[in-house]
Amino acid sequence: MADTRVTLCGITLDNPVIPASGTFGYGYEFAKLYDINCLGTFSFKGTTVLPRFGNPTPRIAETPSGMLNAVGLQNPGVDAVISYELPRLKEVFFKPVIANISGFSIDEYVQIAAVLDKEVQVGWIELNVSCPNVHGGGAAFGTTPDSAARVTGAVRRVTKKPLIVKLSPNVADIAGIAKSCECAGADAISLINTLLGMRIDIKKRSPLLANKTGGLSGRAIFPVALRMVYQVYEAVRIPIIGMGGVAGTEDVLEMMLAGATAVGIGSANLVDPFICRDIINSLPAEMDKYGISRLSDIIGGAH
Amino acid sequence: MTQSDLTILSNREIATSVYEMKLGGNTISIARPGQFIDLKLDGFFLRRPFSVCDLENDVLTIIYKVVGRGTEHMSSLTAGSVLDALIGLGNGYETSTSGASPLLIGGGAGVPPLFMLAKALVSQGKSVTAVLGFNTAEDVFYKGEFEGICSRVIITTADGSCGIRGLVTDALTEAGDYSYVYTCGPEQMLKAVWSKINTSGQFSFEERMGCGFGACMGCSCETLCGAKRICSDGPVLYKEEIKWPTPA
Repeated sequence: MADTRVTLCGITLDNPVIPASGTFGYGYEFAKLYDINCLGTFSFKGTTVLPRFGNPTPRIAETPSGMLNAVGLQNPGVDAVISYELPRLKEVFFKPVIANISGFSIDEYVQIAAVLDKEVQVGWIELNVSCPNVHGGGAAFGTTPDSAARVTGAVRRVTKKPLIVKLSPNVADIAGIAKSCECAGADAISLINTLLGMRIDIKKRSPLLANKTGGLSGRAIFPVALRMVYQVYEAVRIPIIGMGGVAGTEDVLEMMLAGATAVGIGSANLVDPFICRDIINSLPAEMDKYGISRLSDIIGGAH
Repeated sequence: MTQSDLTILSNREIATSVYEMKLGGNTISIARPGQFIDLKLDGFFLRRPFSVCDLENDVLTIIYKVVGRGTEHMSSLTAGSVLDALIGLGNGYETSTSGASPLLIGGGAGVPPLFMLAKALVSQGKSVTAVLGFNTAEDVFYKGEFEGICSRVIITTADGSCGIRGLVTDALTEAGDYSYVYTCGPEQMLKAVWSKINTSGQFSFEERMGCGFGACMGCSCETLCGAKRICSDGPVLYKEEIKWPTPA
């Protein structure tokens, strides 16, 4: 019997499959489609102190083998997440969830983390220091080892929950930033967020997205994500959630061989809403095919 | 919403660059006119949303205009091909609010969902008037189909080559009294209709979508009742809740 379990910061997951933040809302939309308790866990929609509408539309564009989004962290704000979204989620999801949070200052990250630290449904807190679509926040904290460490260290002081830092690929030295977050008290690293990209409308001679640029995700970025997970695995001792372009069971195995303990699935959910369930169902057969009896054995196996 | 493999029964050009595609398969989750389906096309990452034009005995009709590579690819598909579809998406039109003599106003690619709506309203014993606007005579489609079921059909074309010369709003006087308005079309048209009608109504919007079922927040718009997702809280909004974007 194939053992698909992995342990992420002391919490055992039934399998490594985790819908990534921003592609799974607060979960209950997908619970109408299938029993989401089959998931390892999921990372909820990036949450900020105040409600945000996000950027003007159009904020979605197709690309070769992928897509751009410039949603800009639309969310109802942390108070509504606690009073409305989490209680609704509790009715359909019985596992600890990853709380993905974002801020425009270190104080904001600290403020949200301190509040979510008290929520029993929250198993991990994931700091998004890598959103490419908001100005004056998000990615600004994830671009240098120093600023990433400062946010991580400040949040570390207000929560005992496992702390994940989600990194941007739009940097020169991702391993250095990961190392710096580890030293500042991070319990795990997730990567990669989207790659900064753009499309132009030829007829209008102007950028297709109202925000001009957006984050590239989808199949196109899988090799980039895999390479960065591989590099970060060699730089840190804490677990990695690998993500970026994962769309099938073999991608999950590749990510784990590169060094991921768990694997995020993002924009593939938007094209095939059942993909996480289907990947989980096919994991045992795929493990058999490659002679894997315990999935956790292959983490970092390609090094 | 359900996933369904739909088989193409026919795919034919019915006006310049405008195609009618009939699809067969399980369509059980389509509950209302004004809902849409989201088709996966080989070689394209995102699905393509299309409003349901007609649904009769598990035969679903969509009408699409070739505007890019995705729809160009669709126009080359032949009967027998199978398409992966998410169906029963969006809120659709509510017909109980229509009163006895609703007015349907459609513009170009916004005309198709009004056909299934017209059939539903007529089956409820209502007297339906349709105003359908196009750019030119060669763009006109489904005139006969609407005439077959509506009490009255008024065509407008921007160049006057068919019906009344002008925009759909130029035909409002001609349309006479009406109890309620249902409309679908480009945003500029919706805004013009919104400012000229003297009853309540329901407006179907279009936006670039990521998923089509409420997960990605890609197609959100601001309304007087808070942020709404065009794909899952819409595409139909009530006249009273619409908040038009202020020009940049």
